[in-house]
Amino acid sequence: MYFIVALAMIVFSVMAVTTRKILRAATYLLFTLFAAAVVYFMLDYEFLGAVQIAVYAGGIVVLFVFAILLTSRPGDNTERLTSKSRILGGIAAVATLVIAGYALLSRCISFATKPAMEAPDMQTVGSTLMGTGAGQYLLPFEAVSVLLLACIIGGVVVARKR
Amino acid sequence: MEITAIYYLIPALVMFCCGVYGFITRKNMIAMLISLELMLNAVDINFVVFNRFLFPEQMEGMFFTLFAIAIAAAETALAIAIIINIFRAAKNIDVRSLNEMKF
Repeated sequence: MYFIVALAMIVFSVMAVTTRKILRAATYLLFTLFAAAVVYFMLDYEFLGAVQIAVYAGGIVVLFVFAILLTSRPGDNTERLTSKSRILGGIAAVATLVIAGYALLSRCISFATKPAMEAPDMQTVGSTLMGTGAGQYLLPFEAVSVLLLACIIGGVVVARKR
Repeated sequence: MEITAIYYLIPALVMFCCGVYGFITRKNMIAMLISLELMLNAVDINFVVFNRFLFPEQMEGMFFTLFAIAIAAAETALAIAIIINIFRAAKNIDVRSLNEMKF
């Protein structure tokens, strides 16, 4: 199970940035997000996996597909990359991979195996999200709600016809 | 075989590097936004993995990821509104050709 998920995550994220059809890139992004949701389920965070599927796969990818269909004709290919930008991007990506991979392999290889944990049930999640005590998240929750309101208004104002 | 933290962190790292590559090489604005989502998602996985493996009795990483998902949704919606507005004004969304206000 693990290897399928890891392989899917790597392969689909590579394909999402290398494919030349933009709609296919959105589809591969959807598969990558599903793989991430499966990782959350495997790590016993069921609520987070459900949120990942509902918000990312259900909301953001649909938004992407709408925007792609509004702004480009189906069947359009993006033009071929110049070798200069490809080399630049490759250098940046490989440098990040090498440096962060070295740091991970030298520090995190010694982490113990997965410690026992009972999955946080809905009551714990809800009271943590709604409490005002230490380690509880009412204030960020309200801040996010204000942010979403501002985002709704901003989206309508920016995208409307003048 | 034991699945330790590194087995989750390495795919997330590869995903982040794909995001970096795509963000630099892509010209279409929506494709750049897709790369950005890849990077954000890789970071979310890292938060959850460190939470699960190092502090399993706390839930900070999980809630940070929860709020990051909400903020990513808001940011994407607003960015797509801006992109559609640009498309209406300039008839394309290629970042290399959108240099009218540059100088």
